[in-house]
Amino acid sequence: MDLFEYQGKEFFAEYGMPVSAGEIAFTVPEAVAAAERLGTPVMVKAQVHTGGRGKAGGVKFAADIDAVRQHAGNILGLDIKGHIVGRVWIEKASDIAEEYYASFTLDRSAKKHLGMLSVEGGVEIETVAETNPDAIAKIWIDPIDGLSEATCRDWVAAAKLPEPAVEGTVEVLLKLYRAYSEGDADLVEINPLILTPEGSVHVLDAKVTLDGNSEFRHPDYSQYDATQSRDEREQAAHAKGLQYVGLDGSVGVIANGAGLAMSTVDVVNQVGGNPANFLDIGGGANADVMAGALEVINNDPAVKAIFINIFGGITRGEEIASGILEAMKRVEIDSPIVIRLDGTNANQGRAILEPHLTDKLMMQPTMLDAARRVVELAS
Amino acid sequence: MSIFVDENTKVVYQGLTGSQGSYYGLLNRDYGTQVVAGTHPTKAGTDVDGVPIFANVAEAVEATGATASCIFIPAPGVRGAVAEAAQGGVKFIVAITEGVPAHDEIYFYNALKRDYPDVLLLGPNCPGIISPGRCNIGITAGHIAKPGGPVGIVSRSGTLTYQALYELKQKDVGVTTCVGIGGDPVPGTSFIDCLRAFQDDPETLAVMMIGEIGGSAEEEAAEFIKNHMTKPVAGYIAGVTAPPGKKMGHAGAIVSGGRGTAAAKIEALTDAGVRVGQNPTEAGELMADIVAGL
Repeated sequence: MDLFEYQGKEFFAEYGMPVSAGEIAFTVPEAVAAAERLGTPVMVKAQVHTGGRGKAGGVKFAADIDAVRQHAGNILGLDIKGHIVGRVWIEKASDIAEEYYASFTLDRSAKKHLGMLSVEGGVEIETVAETNPDAIAKIWIDPIDGLSEATCRDWVAAAKLPEPAVEGTVEVLLKLYRAYSEGDADLVEINPLILTPEGSVHVLDAKVTLDGNSEFRHPDYSQYDATQSRDEREQAAHAKGLQYVGLDGSVGVIANGAGLAMSTVDVVNQVGGNPANFLDIGGGANADVMAGALEVINNDPAVKAIFINIFGGITRGEEIASGILEAMKRVEIDSPIVIRLDGTNANQGRAILEPHLTDKLMMQPTMLDAARRVVELAS
Repeated sequence: MSIFVDENTKVVYQGLTGSQGSYYGLLNRDYGTQVVAGTHPTKAGTDVDGVPIFANVAEAVEATGATASCIFIPAPGVRGAVAEAAQGGVKFIVAITEGVPAHDEIYFYNALKRDYPDVLLLGPNCPGIISPGRCNIGITAGHIAKPGGPVGIVSRSGTLTYQALYELKQKDVGVTTCVGIGGDPVPGTSFIDCLRAFQDDPETLAVMMIGEIGGSAEEEAAEFIKNHMTKPVAGYIAGVTAPPGKKMGHAGAIVSGGRGTAAAKIEALTDAGVRVGQNPTEAGELMADIVAGL
């Protein structure tokens, strides 16, 4: 789950990292009131789950209250790469002498934690990696050893940070690693980490992605559930506990298993169609889950036809067929459905569906045939 | 021959007393797997349909000679269960459980490498392993696979694995071993571990590899195939049209920062001489075609 910058800063502050005082605001008057309490000058920062806010005009310096009013008015409601700004973070402005970059993430290939530190902060790290890869100091951390202070000092030295920034950076990095590992984060990133003219090291931005699978250790993470970026369909599917990703086509997709669901989306594309979604109903494919899935798909006004692609493993074809029929009794479906049922006892399952086939409920023998038919119906 | 398991593999099920554990554990036994024990900290001395329950893996190994374990413990307990299995003396651990935190996975991956280098972990979040006709550990429907070889299968996806087994059976092609390595970011067993074992297995003559978006395991596998494999490989990659930044059902199936795309994986595999199908059926046909030409 992705955190907004301000949530990330609150998360970092719990681990003792130096962040600026600030307040969240949903309206212009709230932004103005926040700035009055904090004292100008302040920064007005759009809170969205995407990068490139600055370039899009979503981050502004406000010297006085009038400027806060103006910037907050412009930023709230702004569309940044498809994300509409619904809240702004008002933060005490900081003087910046230098900008650095620091992050921890999981290196799937090395199967270690990867720390990256660079004197070239304030720009995207991917850009630095392309233009000046030597400016990024990397370390790989064995999760059993963790990050010791000695290793951390060597790392900061390797990154060639100037002397006045060393102590403060070591301190921030050790805390950042704690936040990353104890907090079960997939990613923690500070860009920029700044050195102020007075010589203190300070966290100016925060990008945090937490592992949703760790919620049993962190019950408070449920607070972030409401601020995930989901469209209406994804929200409805999420509420039903379905694995759903919204796409922008007209073919509703239901499949059992993540791999088969991905594959179904691919095949619909291959035969010239556009999937409306990815939806994995899991291995069992019972009537309850199927009914929930059909409801979510049916509520998507863009859907013109539905592709149910089920492969029976331990769950037998006849159970799956009965489940589909039972689910269809519970939900009134507007669009035609094409079913492909294969695997264990597929013939028995097909026999159960056979008497119910109409021009609204069709069956095709293979995944490709079914994809072609459903795409025809959707166009 | 098969890889990692065979008819002599004796399995202890951690979580056999739970609903999932008992359902699949007993199905595995019906298939012919030697299901010798279960564990539960407070139910030692009882049994599940005749399978004795022990307090922990060490006691189960001592009493039954179990050589492998299968974990059906809920996600919060998996880290402890993996440690218990390795300490208990089994050499092969299959973790079926989905939803294990990535930090736990990377921890026990490194802990096993350091303290128990001869122990192999499969999963978590995987369907398990089946050597048709000999041994089935996990949640694969045994009857959809044809025993005998000459094909070895390795896959990150459960249902696509079933699909592959089924397509090959329809074409009368047998399978030596089918390994589901799982859809998580840090799988205990990698594509390369399986490819190496298949390359060394005299009964396996060709390999089918099913990958998906996210990470770089397929690219690393392509490198291995190019440099170390003489046996032909057919492949399939799911998620060609997946939008970036979205987890597609599996925790590890995500394209982020332009990395982990299906296109890059397909290119790497094709470059390594792998015949990559456009869809699972085509991949099955390519595999059958390869087998016919052996």
